[in-house]
Amino acid sequence: MFKTIKTSQLQLLAMLAAMLLIVVFFSFATDGAFVSPRNISNLIRQTAIVGVLAIGMVFVIISAEIDLSVGSMMGLLGGIAAILDVWFHFPILLTVLVTVVAGLVLGLFNGWWVAYQKVPSFIVTLAGMLAFRGILVGLTDGATVAPTSSSLAIIGQSYIPSGWGISVIALLCLGLVARVYTRRQARHKHGVVNQAAKFEYGKATIAVSVLLGLLFILESYRGIPTPILIMGGLILIATYVAKRTSFGRRVYAIGGNIEATRMSGVNVERTKMLVFGFNGMMVAVAALILTSRLGAGSPAAGNMAELDAIAACVIGGASLAGGVGVVFGAIMGALIMSSLDNGMSMLDVPTFWQLIVKGMILLLAVWLDVKTKKAQ
Amino acid sequence: MKQPLLDMRGIVKSFSGVRALNGVSIQLGTGEALSICGENGSGKSTLMKVLSGVWPFGSYEGEIYFEGNLVKASSIRDTEALGIVIIHQELALVKEMSVLENIFLGNELGSFARLNDEEMHRRTSELLAQVKLNVLPDTPIRDLGVGQQQLVEIAKALNKNVKLLILDEPTSSLTTTEIEILLNIVSELKQQGIACIYISHKLEEVLALSNWVTVIRDGDHIDTRSVEQLTQNDIISMMVGRELDELFPREEHDIGKVVLKVKHATAMQAGATRAQVEDVSFELRQGEILGVAGLIGSGRTELMQCLYGSYDGRYDAKIELHGQSLTIRSQRVALEAGIAMVPEDRKRHGIVPIMSVGRNITLSVLDQYTSWFGEINEDQESQDIDDYIARLKVKTATSELAIKNLSGGNQQKAIIAKCLLTHPKILILDEPTRGIDVGAKYEIYKLMFALVKKGMSIIMVSSELSEVIGISDRVLVMHEGRLKGQFDHQGLTQEMIMNCAIKEDTANV
Repeated sequence: MFKTIKTSQLQLLAMLAAMLLIVVFFSFATDGAFVSPRNISNLIRQTAIVGVLAIGMVFVIISAEIDLSVGSMMGLLGGIAAILDVWFHFPILLTVLVTVVAGLVLGLFNGWWVAYQKVPSFIVTLAGMLAFRGILVGLTDGATVAPTSSSLAIIGQSYIPSGWGISVIALLCLGLVARVYTRRQARHKHGVVNQAAKFEYGKATIAVSVLLGLLFILESYRGIPTPILIMGGLILIATYVAKRTSFGRRVYAIGGNIEATRMSGVNVERTKMLVFGFNGMMVAVAALILTSRLGAGSPAAGNMAELDAIAACVIGGASLAGGVGVVFGAIMGALIMSSLDNGMSMLDVPTFWQLIVKGMILLLAVWLDVKTKKAQ
Repeated sequence: MKQPLLDMRGIVKSFSGVRALNGVSIQLGTGEALSICGENGSGKSTLMKVLSGVWPFGSYEGEIYFEGNLVKASSIRDTEALGIVIIHQELALVKEMSVLENIFLGNELGSFARLNDEEMHRRTSELLAQVKLNVLPDTPIRDLGVGQQQLVEIAKALNKNVKLLILDEPTSSLTTTEIEILLNIVSELKQQGIACIYISHKLEEVLALSNWVTVIRDGDHIDTRSVEQLTQNDIISMMVGRELDELFPREEHDIGKVVLKVKHATAMQAGATRAQVEDVSFELRQGEILGVAGLIGSGRTELMQCLYGSYDGRYDAKIELHGQSLTIRSQRVALEAGIAMVPEDRKRHGIVPIMSVGRNITLSVLDQYTSWFGEINEDQESQDIDDYIARLKVKTATSELAIKNLSGGNQQKAIIAKCLLTHPKILILDEPTRGIDVGAKYEIYKLMFALVKKGMSIIMVSSELSEVIGISDRVLVMHEGRLKGQFDHQGLTQEMIMNCAIKEDTANV
């Protein structure tokens, strides 16, 4: 039985265990304040920005590249959104559209240099990290752009009305069970041996109960925060793209062996550029959430966010060597990071300690990964 | 006889049960040269790896005595300390560093804090004079030609007080003048008492240079003879002397009209002095298996890369497919035109190791299953995967197993499946059976005949002459980038191919 658990699943289990450990520890240390509905609501709301960034980043990392520019890019796109909203009074939908398109363009720009001009992504995005921040400061004259309109505030600050929230979650649970069922049918049809029904449906049951539990907790505070719904939607879309589309398949192939993928007739350059484009759009969404939450566009916004995103992916099991990584893992990584942030802040741990602990966790996570891979 | 410098006795080396060396013994005295000849894959390299310590003491059977002492090396460092230095075909110099820095790399003179530049400079000049290389010690390696780099390697070896110098195909990428210089240097080293083991396919050089010739075939020590008793033909027949057995299930098939015409194919690496493919023209017919023979480095793989659009240097060729001229600048163009290729280097160019067998198989044709918004129809995909796994008898627990867990033969079958899914008209197989067990080989041959019977045309590049003769309808022989001969399989012998591929044709030089 134990042999049937794949490495990726082992990693997932380890992550869930780590998460549980963190929750239990901080619950005791804060006398339960850590698991109060209010704090959990705040905690996962805080996760939204890094989480969305990690969704984009994990594709970049799977394709064996890196993007160091997302922090500055998020600042710049957030600044653009704030400027459109505050200075030009664009309607909210247009602001969102322009920001997302701008994110796509910036991402494709990075991708073009990496894929077609063969400049290492480390350098291209390091240049972007500097230049995007420079553009932001230039556009805003180094001043905060505020206050943003009340309609923009919806994105980052509002909550979903409870009726809607419940139906969304119910739909999600049904969808999950249906997916497990159809997948088992398909595998059965092709003579692939399914894992025990108990095991697979058990997993689905756990996921459903976690979702329902979360819903219960959130509803007992103010409801589902809008940014979490956005992140949830993006998780579904990104997982679908990674697992079910030919684009996703090719991204994994490129990360696994770019030469063999090219020999198979795949347009690796275009695929790589699109990965960066997709990442740019995710950065735009994160930027909108950030600006909305802050109620302003700030020239320092998003500083160092790229490192959080990369750390989240890596803790979530993505390999910088490429070819390995899952969206859900990256989200778990983001959640672990922000739980540490949140818990330590509640305990009044000085900032310098927080940085040290986060650094050590990152190192430990990758070390464990290297060790378990070697052991195989 | 006085005590030999080197005495290897009954060396046996097995890889997972397969004997790569089956009791090879060689002896060599001070200042003597021994050449080792054999087909590709006969065990020459393995023997040298045993001698140089790549395979440590204890991982092989038999003993090695050097200057009368049993060698118990655990790495190359140990054998280098004894004075055994090997110079590989692929040179191991750091291109961005200077001649001096390369010669002293890892053996720098001076203290940790301060290098003794003057002394190193003086020594380098001496060494360069010894190998008659007229360049400054500060010259970067990348500014030197391949022949000059070869001499730097020898200088580096001399700096380590070499007593036995092993040269592994040193002249395969050199021009005639460069070869002459190298051979002179080696003769002088012999006079200075340095022994030499020379591995080469170039029999003229072998006969000119060495005192002894050892022939290895399929890991067996065939014979060691003094050069006075040998001719090129003797060596060739010792190298190939094997009967064509029932390994090759040749089946009758019809050969049709010409489908592919290649004219004046030329390919060259940027900055190289010699073209890897030079003015090669040939034709391929429908339902034909065209074998391409030649030594490694003869340009056969590069020629195939040109046809598949994957050559990484400059190339030029007039290609006509079904009477239509075609420019193949990428693998995509080739696949669309109906040309598929199973690459020579399976690990590097064939498989995506961590992906599943199934996903490797469908990598080239994902678009066939993809809906307008990009979703893969997994039902349809699995059907094809199951179908091809069954047809090609890929032995795997499930199609979801990572392909790296499969044996070489099954990986190869999966890659062939990937090519067949594109429904090619022309299938190029570059070393399709390298490193594959006999059973899988047989199945691949069977498959090839089944394919040509359906009207596909196959080009097969192979180092195994018996395979080339046993499977092909027609054989092209390449030598130093040029097409040197074309033969019909009937009446063709391994000796004829070897003669064509090895012997220096004076009219051509």
